[in-house]
Amino acid sequence: MLAQVKTLFLKEFTLEWRNRYALNGMLLYVISTVFVCYLSFRNVVSVPVWNALFWIIMLFASLNAVGRSFIQERKGRLLYYYSIASPQAFLLAKMAYNSLLMLVITFLAYGIYAWWIGDLVQDHLMFMVALVLGSTGFSLILTLMSAIASKTENNMSLMAILSFPVQLPFLITLIKLSKNAVDGLDASVSYGLITVLALIIVIVLALSYILFPYLWRD
Amino acid sequence: MLKIGETSTQILGLAWWKWISIALILFSLTAGMILDVPKLPILHETIRNLYYHVTQWFGMMIILTASLVYSIIHLSKGDRRSDIIASEGVNVALFMGVLGLLTGMLWAKNTWGTYWTGDAKLNGVAMGMLVYLAYTVLRGSMDEEQKRGRVSAVYNIFAYVMFMVFIMVLPRMTDSLHPGNGGNPGFGGYDLNSNMRLVFYPAIIGWTLLGVWFINIRVRMKSIEENRLSKSHQ
Repeated sequence: MLAQVKTLFLKEFTLEWRNRYALNGMLLYVISTVFVCYLSFRNVVSVPVWNALFWIIMLFASLNAVGRSFIQERKGRLLYYYSIASPQAFLLAKMAYNSLLMLVITFLAYGIYAWWIGDLVQDHLMFMVALVLGSTGFSLILTLMSAIASKTENNMSLMAILSFPVQLPFLITLIKLSKNAVDGLDASVSYGLITVLALIIVIVLALSYILFPYLWRD
Repeated sequence: MLKIGETSTQILGLAWWKWISIALILFSLTAGMILDVPKLPILHETIRNLYYHVTQWFGMMIILTASLVYSIIHLSKGDRRSDIIASEGVNVALFMGVLGLLTGMLWAKNTWGTYWTGDAKLNGVAMGMLVYLAYTVLRGSMDEEQKRGRVSAVYNIFAYVMFMVFIMVLPRMTDSLHPGNGGNPGFGGYDLNSNMRLVFYPAIIGWTLLGVWFINIRVRMKSIEENRLSKSHQ
């Protein structure tokens, strides 16, 4: 099982590395979105706006980055994976890869955002926690949604419809946590929020693990 | 063929539980207006909305839970009947959700002074509506029956859990105007005198039974549609 996950994870990584246009496309997407925000907002001084804007950019970036993970797979290749690996291993490999990808993109996006629009964060450590939790949660939720959307015909538009409302509880909690970090509030205020975020991640992981085999059969 | 409720005892051409549903809803409508209610500040007579707003939402939650159960059954057995019941359950729950939303907005206007606020509980409800509307779109986007059943059942289970997190866990962590959240006492905390409970519980049962009745009719419509379709193909 673990060996399967590892092989599939490396396969995802190699594939991505070999045709880098997708990776570059995502980076360019983040950069141009931040640039558009920079041009339209110039300088954001209000903390709630700064915070919300960042996470909305991340929401759309994650939809673009992770959303294609199942949709891009061709039917024939999926059939091949089905015959050599267990569904759970396949899902876990996808999730692990997407989380790593999102983690990198999120940190890059934060760097660019802080550089252009300004860095208002006061408690950097807590904000890093928010970035890690946020990127992981987004990618886990979107991986399952991508698996669901790939079963339908016009999958990219359905992807947004399906995943935005499901992501909402996570997003709202995340925005609260990140706002606490930006405001530099005492860490003890945020423990409850971190627990909720971790709880949602665990729930999503468990549900995906149980439900994915049913999507797999075709 | 889909068979539901055809075995239950009939009274004057209607199954017995449908009579109970009619009786309980009529009872809650009339008794809810006539019986005494506690006099509380701000709420005053609007407390009677407890009989409608809250009970419709309870009914909706019960039906959504039933829909979840049928989705799980569908995943384990793969039969068509449970899939159709699950999806019609969501449709009816959406309808009752809209009813609960409208009555809730009226109540909010009279106690909080506005139809809609950015309250955690209200946002949760809006999110729930979006999730279940997405569910109906998802169903509509697939033609093949087996696949549609499985994929939408998976989404239904996932959506239900996230919905529960949103309306049960999150509002309790933040400030909320809504009773029972953000440190506010629920209505159990105000002394609902026995009069109110006398109307409240029957109303929940009445609305839930009405929902089941709707589902029953819609499932039968679906089965007739399918029979005609299969005949026209022969």
